[in-house]
Amino acid sequence: MTIQEIFFYLFSIIMLAAATMVISVRNPVYAILYLILTFFSAAALWILLEAEFLGIILVLVYVGAVMVLFLFVVMMLNINQSRVSEGFVKNLPLGIGVALVMLAEVLMVLWYKNQTGVDNFPIPVPHEQGYSNTAEIGERMFTAYLWPFEIAGVVLLVAIVAAVALSMRHREGVKTQSVPQQISAEKRDRLELIDMPVEGVKKN
Amino acid sequence: MDAILEFIWLLIRIGLFTLLPLILMVAYYTYAERKVIGAMQSRIGPNRVGPLGLFQPFADVIKLLLKEIILPKEANRYLFLIAPILAIAPAFGVWAVVPVGDGLVWADLNAGVLYVLALSSMGVYGIILAGWASNSKYALLGAMRSAAQVVSYEIALGFSLLGVMILAGSLNLQAIVNAQSGGMLDWYWLPLLPMFLIFFISALAETNRAPFDMAEGESEIVAGFHVDYAGASFAVFFLAEYANMILMSALTAIFFFGGWLSPFEGWAFLGDSWLRDSSIFWFLAKLVFFMFNFLWIRATFPRYRYDQVMRLGWKVFIPITMVWMLVAALFVFNGIVVRGA
Repeated sequence: MTIQEIFFYLFSIIMLAAATMVISVRNPVYAILYLILTFFSAAALWILLEAEFLGIILVLVYVGAVMVLFLFVVMMLNINQSRVSEGFVKNLPLGIGVALVMLAEVLMVLWYKNQTGVDNFPIPVPHEQGYSNTAEIGERMFTAYLWPFEIAGVVLLVAIVAAVALSMRHREGVKTQSVPQQISAEKRDRLELIDMPVEGVKKN
Repeated sequence: MDAILEFIWLLIRIGLFTLLPLILMVAYYTYAERKVIGAMQSRIGPNRVGPLGLFQPFADVIKLLLKEIILPKEANRYLFLIAPILAIAPAFGVWAVVPVGDGLVWADLNAGVLYVLALSSMGVYGIILAGWASNSKYALLGAMRSAAQVVSYEIALGFSLLGVMILAGSLNLQAIVNAQSGGMLDWYWLPLLPMFLIFFISALAETNRAPFDMAEGESEIVAGFHVDYAGASFAVFFLAEYANMILMSALTAIFFFGGWLSPFEGWAFLGDSWLRDSSIFWFLAKLVFFMFNFLWIRATFPRYRYDQVMRLGWKVFIPITMVWMLVAALFVFNGIVVRGA
């Protein structure tokens, strides 16, 4: 076994074990932590495939931002742990059915391409030192795949606007600070110096 | 067998040349903080242990290590003990790609900037899990504040680096430094002045330092996320905070102030002085300068209010970085700044 293979099996086993734990642990906070471990192992596998851009972005976006917000929500909600596993037996047949359909779809694609043997997937030739995966992805994205890339960007933008529009609500009677008003405030608008006689002291 | 020996030798070298200096720097950074802020507030600062109080950091460390580690009864034991490790690991891990001199780097990664951003974004887990595992109101409030703050400022931090990436044309930290060669007016602080300021302010927010230390907020939520920690486990959080400050100072020096490059590179009238040579000395000088700024800012500004922190990050910094990204692209397009390799 080469060192790559050792690492491949190590990360694969960790990933599959963690993914199983995600759906089997009772505490939702633990489930999210195992999901983070799953993402991390997946990122490690991608880096083994010399796709370091995808691997690091997976850690940056999912581990660094998305899962933090997941944790945030789960910690705030205080989910009832016994209710989570309720209905497991009832929904099991449906779940197995969906899983089987997905497996069948994957197998159909492989069968259609007639690539069911391991021999049809040769070990990729490693790139030479100094190869930049990031530069290559950037070049492809802005030349061959420009339109799909731009359209995906617009779709994401629409999703952001929709999320903001859906969650925004105007409440009456809430006091918020107006920053331009604060900045433009001047001394003469707010402060008045009055000449007044001192009280309680008789002038001679 | 040879590979294993080589691996062990590598670990020893990493410990000797990166971890040990880093931990010593953290120790004397805490001393410097108390001395500097003391001087700024007309106090003397620590002066009892050793000459000028120079052994104070060791006294503090020994005190913290000898204290009992208290496990709160209702706390989640595993996460409570893992949290400090999760806080400190990213702070040290990023140093793998930080070049301290020409070629003096452990891993010359082509996607170095992404690696830095990815690892530094993971430091927040230590804080969140500490807050949650403590099973205490104040700790949870601190963790929530910190999570929202770090996730928000990460965007400003990353966006302010986009300008550097556009000008340098690379994600490799060594290539970024080399692209800035030519003297201090060729460093990226000048064409990217707003980006530099935003990067440094976001770094303050990322490290939860004053004036953005909402996660601690000792006047409102006592000490925030680490209120239930004591002894060695608290010391690890302490170490992580200072290691992060040193890291952010180093990154500011590399991205905007030319890393190990000499500020007088192109100044012919200085003659053959050592001042014109690029060396690790210049990197350390810049590092210490930004580390000092962290302390200076802490002694100067009062703490931000929470909603104002969010407003500053989302409504001020992110739009400015987006606009300046276009400006940087125009600089390169019109040849005002020559793009790096």
